[in-house]
Amino acid sequence: MNYVKLIILGLIAVFAAMGMNWGHDLAYQFHAFVIMAVAAGMFVWVLRGIDEPVPAAETGYADGVIRAGVIATAFWGVTGFLVGTFIAFQLAFPELNFDWGQPFTNFGRLRPLHTSAVIFAFGGNALICTSFYVVQRTSSVRLFGGNLSWFVFWGYQLFIVLAATGYLLGSTQSKEYAEPEWYVDIWLTIVWVAYLVVFLGTIFKRRERHIYVANWFYLSFIITVAMLHIVNNLSIPVSFWGSKSVQVFSGVQDAMTQWWYGHNAVGFFLTAGFLGMMYYFVPKQANRPVYSYKLSIIHFWSLIFLYIWAGPHHLHYTALPDWAATLGMVFSIVLWMPSWGGMINGLMTLQGAWDKLRTDPILRMFVISLGFYGMSTFEGPMMSIRAVNSLSHYTDWTIGHVHSGALGWNGMITFGALYFLTPKLWGRDKMYSMSAINWHFWLATIGIVLYASSMWVTGIMEGLMWREVDDQGFLVNSFADTVAAKFPMYVVRGLGGVLYLSGGLIMVWNMWMTIRGAKPVTTALPSNATPAE
Amino acid sequence: MSKGKTDDVTGTETTGHSWDGIEELNTPLPRWWLWTLYLCIIWGIIYTIAYPAWPMVSGATKGVLGWSTRANVAAEITAHESKNADLATALLATDMDVLPASADLNRYAVARGGAVFRANCSQCHGSGAAGAKGYPNLLDDEWLWGGAMADIEYTVRHGIRNEQDADARYSQMPAFGELLEKDEITAVVEHVVSLSNAEFDATLAEAGATVFADNCSACHGETGLGDRAQGAPNLADAIWLYGGDRNALTETVKNARFGVMPAWGPRLTEADVRAVSAYVHSLGGGE
Repeated sequence: MNYVKLIILGLIAVFAAMGMNWGHDLAYQFHAFVIMAVAAGMFVWVLRGIDEPVPAAETGYADGVIRAGVIATAFWGVTGFLVGTFIAFQLAFPELNFDWGQPFTNFGRLRPLHTSAVIFAFGGNALICTSFYVVQRTSSVRLFGGNLSWFVFWGYQLFIVLAATGYLLGSTQSKEYAEPEWYVDIWLTIVWVAYLVVFLGTIFKRRERHIYVANWFYLSFIITVAMLHIVNNLSIPVSFWGSKSVQVFSGVQDAMTQWWYGHNAVGFFLTAGFLGMMYYFVPKQANRPVYSYKLSIIHFWSLIFLYIWAGPHHLHYTALPDWAATLGMVFSIVLWMPSWGGMINGLMTLQGAWDKLRTDPILRMFVISLGFYGMSTFEGPMMSIRAVNSLSHYTDWTIGHVHSGALGWNGMITFGALYFLTPKLWGRDKMYSMSAINWHFWLATIGIVLYASSMWVTGIMEGLMWREVDDQGFLVNSFADTVAAKFPMYVVRGLGGVLYLSGGLIMVWNMWMTIRGAKPVTTALPSNATPAE
Repeated sequence: MSKGKTDDVTGTETTGHSWDGIEELNTPLPRWWLWTLYLCIIWGIIYTIAYPAWPMVSGATKGVLGWSTRANVAAEITAHESKNADLATALLATDMDVLPASADLNRYAVARGGAVFRANCSQCHGSGAAGAKGYPNLLDDEWLWGGAMADIEYTVRHGIRNEQDADARYSQMPAFGELLEKDEITAVVEHVVSLSNAEFDATLAEAGATVFADNCSACHGETGLGDRAQGAPNLADAIWLYGGDRNALTETVKNARFGVMPAWGPRLTEADVRAVSAYVHSLGGGE
């Protein structure tokens, strides 16, 4: 087995060295170097361990990979927030694009770095590690596939590094949230399939009769993201030795595929996956039963069925035919209640535990995240209405909407989950400092409020300025006028980012103090679980 | 499904499942939630009947309201154009020189030209037309190629030093870095500084005056007042397109400048060319 590994790693290293030599562009050559270094390093590592005695297989829950995931989530989180705050100030003060750093420090290259860092690196790691935690606990079995979960973890980190460095070096497909080029896409596909195998394998061997609702959401997220990722990234490389590729779709078909993908990245990555987190951590932290089993079934299936059709609302008033836009809008609005089902089920789970909000800042984080979830899943359908969209589209309102969902819902629930997991995984009673969690809560909340309200103001203002006409019907403002008018709100937005980032740094410090000196704990499997039939 | 126990707080039964200690209540669907969902679905069905929605074998349903984004835009444009139809016709028929005399028509032309300017010209000349380095300020009365209505219109229509239009305004300053010695350049720069600035090295400037007379005066004039026929700027005032300090001037003398403006005649409608010319003329420097 080790010899097979050595042969494969050696081949990869040699192949990557060829890529480094023959690559047509800097990003490709650099990535070939990274892959060669990783493969060579692993080659040496395997070689050194080749005659070592094999350690006894661990029993209990496989929590090592989750510990790594918790740390990676926190690390990528603050990295992504930092880049986000920086590019927010770049928009307010264009000098921060730095002439000496061109083209690498350009907003155009840093922006996808920010979005990918927060969505895929921070959010993705949070989803992977919590799903591994939740699926084990709610299935009462160890993760399926042995070290495959470690492959998923490290493979995913490699994907993040390749994507991030690719953006800085100018390699991009120019598809929003799907910027990485073809070979990075292929790598992610391999990692994702391994993820599906680990997750599904664990479900198959579960020792509980029923599959818990959190796992339905996680599974729908994993499967749908695989489908979206593959279809939206169908492309033909210009050369095997270069990063550039050409999309198989073109024109409005390409746009529609992109937003089918883009909206469902929101729907399945940032909504369904995170609802999976919600369904485990909220009842656990509140120590209350889930409010309604029926509601969880109905809102799960209606959410899954409706979300996939909502993408065309990103293409109102474009070359997309009216009928497709209508359908996108109608599905978005019908989606309102299915989305809110998750919020109701989360909030009402606190029945009988509301008093805990006074004393438990972690539960408060879960609750405010559900509040922001409810708000943005109302705002979204509203913005999909064509008349509203004709004002909001292309403005900062959209940016504000995304961030109230991302910072409020995804961010807050992830922070709560990290605060839940850290003491459990490292054998502590609780986090090092509860008052630091409180500080984090308020800094993040005020940061989001500054962010969202400033973007509502600039968004609606610029929408109105763009359409302003004089009494003879001529446009009044130039584009630059609208940019100049947004300056004060851009500064406010940047300050909101600073607050949110500060909260994140406090969390990292708190996690560090909690973990420092602690030994990882192994949790044994429960003995009384009901075997699957 | 095994029978659950009753939850103390809510009095609701649980489903009897338990995962890692998490139980589920058997609460029925909230009525308001269910009815709002039904209402959204009913609304959705009605809306898709009213508006273009369902894809068929060829094409899609048109919707009973006959609504269409393209038709709506066309209708709005037509409404706007018909409101101003008389003025638009008059703009094409009126001689540009007498345009400012006709108050209504001038107001229309300037408003229309302003919109054209903000969409097409502001990228270089700034949204307030104050220009930037290399892009002339259109608010003052200094003109490179003339500030009369006809001059401005010609510049807009044909552009400057572009390759698309054979009639584009054209002139080219030589790069004197290859023609003059270093000390001659220093001297002529000092002379040019002396034309508009009180602080200069008199000896050097005097030496530069000879260089200027031999090399520059043919276009910029003996006293440096410029020549609009050649687009040669006035060097005796405080207005500088590429900067009036010694460094910028040295750069200009050594390498020359070659500012280009596209020809807007082929890109804009005839009425828009006229309107934007009237707008620029109205900004304060029109002659």
